[in-house]
Amino acid sequence: MTVNRTDESADDRTGSGDDGSRFDGSALYGTETSESDATDEYRADGGQMFAESEFTEVTTSQRLSEVFTQSIYEPFVVAWEDWRTKVGLTIISLYLVIGTIAWVSTSEFLVLDRITIIEPARGDGPIRLAPFQDWSYPLGTDMIGRDLLAAMIHATPRMLQMILAGAVFATALATVVGTLAGYKGGLTERSLMTISDVLMTIPGLPLVIVLIVLIDPSSPYLIGIIIVVNAWAGLARTIHSQVLTIREHSYVEASRTMGVGTPTIIRKDVLPNLMPYILINFTSMARRVIYDSVALYFLGVISVQTIENWGVMMNIGYENNALVIPEVSHLLFVPMIFVVGLSFGLILFSQGTDRLFNPRVRARGSNSKKTDDDEEITTGGGAL
Amino acid sequence: MNWWLKRTGQALFTIWAVITISFALIRGLPGDPGSRIREQAQRHNPSMSQSALERMIEARIPASYDDPIHVAYWEYLTSVAQGDLGYSTFRQAEVAPEIAAVLPWTILIMSLSMALMFSLGLALGALMAYKEGSRFDTALTGVSIFFNSIPYYVAAVLLIAVLGYRLSVFPARGTHSDATDPGLSLHFVFDVLYHATLPTLSFVVTGFGIIALTMRGNSIQTLGEEYIRVARLRGIPDRRIALRYVGRNAILPMWTTLLISIGFMFGGAIILEEIFQYRGMGWLMFRSIEHNDIYLMMGTFLIVTIAVVISLWIADATYGWLDPRIKSGDDSESY
Repeated sequence: MTVNRTDESADDRTGSGDDGSRFDGSALYGTETSESDATDEYRADGGQMFAESEFTEVTTSQRLSEVFTQSIYEPFVVAWEDWRTKVGLTIISLYLVIGTIAWVSTSEFLVLDRITIIEPARGDGPIRLAPFQDWSYPLGTDMIGRDLLAAMIHATPRMLQMILAGAVFATALATVVGTLAGYKGGLTERSLMTISDVLMTIPGLPLVIVLIVLIDPSSPYLIGIIIVVNAWAGLARTIHSQVLTIREHSYVEASRTMGVGTPTIIRKDVLPNLMPYILINFTSMARRVIYDSVALYFLGVISVQTIENWGVMMNIGYENNALVIPEVSHLLFVPMIFVVGLSFGLILFSQGTDRLFNPRVRARGSNSKKTDDDEEITTGGGAL
Repeated sequence: MNWWLKRTGQALFTIWAVITISFALIRGLPGDPGSRIREQAQRHNPSMSQSALERMIEARIPASYDDPIHVAYWEYLTSVAQGDLGYSTFRQAEVAPEIAAVLPWTILIMSLSMALMFSLGLALGALMAYKEGSRFDTALTGVSIFFNSIPYYVAAVLLIAVLGYRLSVFPARGTHSDATDPGLSLHFVFDVLYHATLPTLSFVVTGFGIIALTMRGNSIQTLGEEYIRVARLRGIPDRRIALRYVGRNAILPMWTTLLISIGFMFGGAIILEEIFQYRGMGWLMFRSIEHNDIYLMMGTFLIVTIAVVISLWIADATYGWLDPRIKSGDDSESY
């Protein structure tokens, strides 16, 4: 699991400090693993053992690639076996592509300035056209003739920025707070966890509404961060309890006895174990940002600069009685489909990757075939 | 006992923290709510004397803006502790009684949805685990995931459109019809439940899925435990095994989900009430935003938070009944 172990004797090195204990440690080692491979002549002397460990130090790139394989590639291969991961990832990538198309179309950055794939929505089409009637306006138009499809597409980049900012902020903060509290213990743990507990109890949405009304943000990044202003606390709590079990592992204890600093231990020994969990929670944070931001735009809490937002479009539909008048109902339903679609993709993805958490499934590795269906859903991921 | 003290202390600490946050937000806001009250009073009653006006503003604002910050903070803290949340310029009344009048509606919606969502989710989850791998299981898993990906307010809008307007089966707005007199009559109770149907349904339809899926996973895991096999070998009836051995142990890990949902649903109720024009806390909060009524807004925020803190405290208190290990104190951490 760990990445900074260079030889198999690592776990027995705990007693090595000054000369005397080093001798004891190596003597102990010799008796315990006398049947192991032929390096015994080095290990008769403690100093030699240290010399050996010095020239087998791994390089940064080796370590990075190991971290990548263990915490990203292998879990990914396991998760990819599940149909939900495949469908979920496909949907998410689709939205990313849409977002990129819209971003390139409106960007004024060097060459991108001249490329316009899809024009932003302008009010030059027929009014209140229903979807699938005229193929130059596939999803129809609104009351002043704006193309709905273009509006939807151009709403995506801002949405993605919001999601990214919110999810990155929440998971990063939660990871830092959770691991620090879990690993350090003592006063650090008590104070950090008290803060998390308090923030966790405050209902998110009312707090977010109050903050948004008072701050009146317009940057999508800021809106995203405000939405998860206390959502990270719950995640920090769960990461904290995971770290509590990890810190008891012998390899962590070994690092500690060797005098490795706290930040290094957290980075090298603790975090790689948490990576899959953090990734899954990234998606549930993303969903939360979508839900809340669309709701707040829909109800007009966030002041609106542009119609190009799914929530704002829903609001326009709602205000124009799309509920009762069937002719304009697409104003409400088209943005809804976009919201539900992205949310569906994210939930499928997190359901599919959920099994990464089950140690039994994980232990079978990436090549083994899954034989029983027992561990399909282990935790809900708190995806409410 | 120790655990109780700690838990209660934490609840009180949270309430204090929220009051402090609310004070900081009110102070940090540009503009003085006092001047708004002054304007309003002068418009309605121009003959009012200056000193009477000052006295009125003094009475209506929990903490004066002229005092140094620590004095103002103490003033705010004590007045909130006494139930004085300030004066609402929009409702032209004290904030606290205004909120007290609408709070029961929010709690009604919340607890109804919660009870239905969890009983449906747990029952379906257990059933899915029991028939694991069957067509019923696969179909319901798909349905659960799909419904769970619909935001509750989208479900609300759809329900209003279909059941409220097209089919006119359920009322699309309001807490009760004007024709019925509020009171403890059977008629009124039915009317209230009838009006609460759609908001509750919006929560239940979109929320039961994740609970069912989690319950399914937990039950399957519990079914594989040794003690279940032992219980079977001892000839304990299936019913008892299902309820006592599997059910109880499968529900335990869901406690965190329940705790998280309380806060989530209070928040969600705020959105839903606006869509359904349901006169609860959320409806009031949105009116306060519309009218830029800072004390009403912070008041609703404070009360919603305190309601959540109290519900969490009650929920935690009843957990000991579900899991006797909690009494020992140290095992309260859920992994």
